[in-house]
Amino acid sequence: MEVAHEQVSLNHFLIISAILFSIGVFGVISRRNAVLILMSVELMLNAVAVNFVAFAVYTDGELFRGVIFAIFVITIAAAEVGLALGIILRVFRNRATADVDEVSELKW
Amino acid sequence: MAEAIFYLLSILAIIGALGTVTSQNVVHAALFLILSLLAVAGFYILLTNEFLALVQILIYGGAVATIILFGIMLTRSRDLMPVTFGESTRLPGFLAGVLLLGVILGAVLNTNWPRYAEQVTLVPLTAIGDALFKQWLLPFEVASVVLLVALIGAIVISRQEEGEA
Repeated sequence: MEVAHEQVSLNHFLIISAILFSIGVFGVISRRNAVLILMSVELMLNAVAVNFVAFAVYTDGELFRGVIFAIFVITIAAAEVGLALGIILRVFRNRATADVDEVSELKW
Repeated sequence: MAEAIFYLLSILAIIGALGTVTSQNVVHAALFLILSLLAVAGFYILLTNEFLALVQILIYGGAVATIILFGIMLTRSRDLMPVTFGESTRLPGFLAGVLLLGVILGAVLNTNWPRYAEQVTLVPLTAIGDALFKQWLLPFEVASVVLLVALIGAIVISRQEEGEA
């Protein structure tokens, strides 16, 4: 099955995904709360998945490898969220804080 | 038509993303994140990939959002304190974001992609299943092991040990 798609180009999706990714980078660097940093990482992963799917649909219609990649990105993101929140919970129980600046023993 | 929907979804996604990184209230930030993730599900439908849109809504809009809200609930020490930026990290974060955006936009606009596919292929669900269980079987199995390890790891890490308050 094929659908005509004249108005929205590949560039549209690449640009929106770049914007979302950059907002995520800003969040990861500027936020100090561990949960908020995790949420910014989710934004970045999402932007990457959009990129994968856009390239798959526009340039790889036969094999759509990008779609498979996006499925794996979503899977790994889910695993990462669960594990990261476990660690954050652990840190919070030991230190009573979720601020990443106050957990800096391994910082050189 | 497709263009109008695309711009509407873009506005929603960007509002959600900006709200996530700038909101002072952690719960509001999580709700903005859900908005952004649902807008991305709309992008998948626009990219003729309704299966991914469904997965996005189920996993991100449902599971991940719930886990994050639970995380917020369990790590709130100073109740209702506004969460602000670190004073020393706000400017570097902004600069990094803007510079990265500039680099990526420059690369995107100056590269000659096949910009307008005359025909966008609609990927059928059966084809995705076929590819996933034949061509990509090993990564699929590895992904399930990763999920299992993450599940057990999360339980072990966050479990209350004996003698702990």
